[in-house]
Amino acid sequence: MATNAQTSKRSITSRDLPKTPTGITGFDEITGGGLPKGRPALICGGAGCGKTLFAAEFLVRGTRQFNEPGVFVAFEETAEELARNVASLGFDLNQLIRQKKLVVDYVRIECSEIQETGEFDLEGLFIRLNHAIDSIGAKRVVLDTLEALFSALQNELILRAELRRLFRWLKDKGVTAVITAERGQGALTRYGLEEYVADCVVLLDNRVVDQISTRRLRVVKYRGSFHGADEYPFLIGENGISVLPVTSLGLTHEASNQSVSSGILRMDTMLGGKGFYRGSSILISGTAGSGKSTLAAKFVEANCNRGERAMYFAFEESPSQITRNMKSVGIDLAALVHKGLLKFHAARPTYQGLEMHLVNVHDAVKTFKPKVVVFDPVTNLTEIGSEREVKSMLTRLLDFLKMHQITAMFTSLTAGGANLDQTELGVSSLMDSWIIVRNLESSGERNRALYILKSRGQAHSNQVREFVLSKNGLDLLDVYVSDGEIKVGSEKLAQKTRDQEKALLAREEAQVRNLKLERFRKTVKAQIEALEADLKAREAEIRIELATQKQRTINLSQARELMNRHRFVDEK
Amino acid sequence: MKNKKPPPARKKIRRPIEKAGKTKKLLLKLYVAGQTPRSIAALANLRQICEERVAGKYEIEIIDLLKKPQLASGDQILAVPTVVRKLPQPIRKIIGDLSNKEKLLIGLDIA
Repeated sequence: MATNAQTSKRSITSRDLPKTPTGITGFDEITGGGLPKGRPALICGGAGCGKTLFAAEFLVRGTRQFNEPGVFVAFEETAEELARNVASLGFDLNQLIRQKKLVVDYVRIECSEIQETGEFDLEGLFIRLNHAIDSIGAKRVVLDTLEALFSALQNELILRAELRRLFRWLKDKGVTAVITAERGQGALTRYGLEEYVADCVVLLDNRVVDQISTRRLRVVKYRGSFHGADEYPFLIGENGISVLPVTSLGLTHEASNQSVSSGILRMDTMLGGKGFYRGSSILISGTAGSGKSTLAAKFVEANCNRGERAMYFAFEESPSQITRNMKSVGIDLAALVHKGLLKFHAARPTYQGLEMHLVNVHDAVKTFKPKVVVFDPVTNLTEIGSEREVKSMLTRLLDFLKMHQITAMFTSLTAGGANLDQTELGVSSLMDSWIIVRNLESSGERNRALYILKSRGQAHSNQVREFVLSKNGLDLLDVYVSDGEIKVGSEKLAQKTRDQEKALLAREEAQVRNLKLERFRKTVKAQIEALEADLKAREAEIRIELATQKQRTINLSQARELMNRHRFVDEK
Repeated sequence: MKNKKPPPARKKIRRPIEKAGKTKKLLLKLYVAGQTPRSIAALANLRQICEERVAGKYEIEIIDLLKKPQLASGDQILAVPTVVRKLPQPIRKIIGDLSNKEKLLIGLDIA
C-alpha cells in the first residue's frame, strides 16, 4: 500500500503539466508554477480590475526574469498609451521594444470604416501575430482584449469559428498566451470566450466592503493541475501585482537556535538565559499603559546596538512621538534612526486596506532588510478587518517574516477587565513567545508586573516579576511575596520594613532567651559544682573513717596477740 | 428592391465620382493570404465591379500577406480578404469575398 501510494504520487508529479512562471508575486505559488505552458489562459474580470496590468506584467516579467520575449496585441490601447499606463509600475516597455524583447501591436478596429460582404477569415490577424512572434522569437503572447472583435465584425458565426481556430493555432505555435476578457452578466465573460480557453481561467475582481476596496483573484479552473481554489486578495502596488495566498505557503521555514537579547538582562534570564530565538514571533499583551511599547523599543534598541537593523511599524503614534516618549526612559531611538539602523513606518490602520498593509510590510522589509520588526499595536488592525481577516493576514505576515529569519514583536492591547490570557485577535497560537504585562493596583498606586506566559522551546521562568520603568531605563525586579500575596512598589517596601521589624524583634527576643538560658546554665553549673565538692568532702571523710577503722582493727589484733603472748609465755 | 434603389443612388453619387475622377483615381489595395478560392473570388468581384463602374480610373494593388506579413499592421488588417480604399479619402475597408455587390458598392462609395 505504502509503495503504491508513493509511486502514484511520483507519477503525478512527473506527469504534471509543464508551466510557465508569470513572475507575478504569489500567483506562481497558488498555481503551482504559473500558467500552463504553451497554452492559452483566460484572464477575466470587470472594468478596472487589473486585467491589462496582469497581462503586461506577465510579459514584462517574462522578458526580465525568464528571458522569454513577448508579444502584446492591444485592441484597446495604442502602444504609447499602454507604455504610459504600465510605466507607473516601473515597466519600461519602450526599452524592451528597443531591445527586441517585446512587440506591442496595436490592432485598431474602426467599425465605421469597415464593411462586410461575403465570407472572410481572420488570417490577417494570424499573419500579423505570426509575424510578430517570429520577429523576436516570442514565447509569450497577450491578446487584450479579443472582445473588441465582436463589436467590429457582425458575422459572429465566422468570428467564433475563427476564434476557435486562433486558440488552436496559438497552442500549435507553442506560445503561452494570456487572453483578457470583460466579465459578463451571469457568465465569466461577455462573449463566452471561456468556451474556447479550456485550460486555465483566472477571475479578477474588485470589491468594496466597508468603503475599503480589495482586489481578489481566483483560479476558476486549471485543467490538469492542482491549484489554490480560494479567492486570493491581490494588490497593484509600485512593483506590480502581488497576489497574497491566504493559506500560506507551507510550514517549511528553518528554526534558528540563535538567540536575540530582549534588551533587559533579567528578561533574558527569565527566558532561559539568552533571550528570544531568532526568527521567532513575540507577543506582548497588556492593558493600556502597561509598558508594551517601551518593551518593544528596548528590544529594538538592543538589536540595533548589536549592529542589526530594525523596523518599527507604528499604527498608533507618530515616529517623533515614539522617539520623544522613549527618551523619557533612556532609550534614544532618534540616534538609531540617524545611524540608519532603525526605520519607522507609521500609518493609521484605516489609511489603507489590510492587504495593502501587508504588501507595504513586504515591500518595506524587502528593501530595508531588518532583522527585527515591531508592530505596535497589532490590535489596531481590527479596525479595518474582521478578526478572521486579521488573523489570516498575520499568519501570512509571520510566515513571510519567519522565512526571512526576522524576529517579530507584536504588541497587543487588552481591554481593561478582559481575560489576559485571551487576546482579541486570537493570534496567540501563532506566537512563539507571549509576555504579559499587567497593572497591579493597590495602596493607592499602580505598578506593573510582567510574566512569561509561554515561550516555545525555552526553559522559561514561571515567576512574576515587577516591571519598573524609570528614567534610568527599565528593569525587572523580584516581587515580594508575603503571606501568599504579591507585593510590589511602595507596598513592597512597606511590607519589607514591616517584615524587617518583625524579624528584628524576633532576633532580640531570641537573644534574651539565650541570655536567660545561659544564666540558668550557670546557676545549675554552680549548684552542680557545690554538690560535687560536697561529694568529694564526704568521700574523703568516709575514706579517712574507713582507714582509721581498719588501723584500729589491726591495732586491736596486735594488741590481743601481745596480750596473749604475755599470758601464755610459760606454755612453751 | 434591387430595381428600385440603384436609379436614385446613381444620380446622386455620379457627380462626386465624376469630379473625383477628374482629379483622383480610385486607389484600391486588396489584401489576401495566398491564393485561396476566397481571395480569387474577391479579386474577380472587385475587378468586375470596377470595370463596370469606374473603368480606367482605378488601380488595384494586390498584397499577399503570406509574402509580406509586415504590411498587415500598416492598414490594420485583421480579416482577409480585405479591400482598402486608399484614395479618395477617407479610408474605407470592405472585408469578405465581396460577393455582395450592393454592399461592395456602398463600401467603395462608387455606387
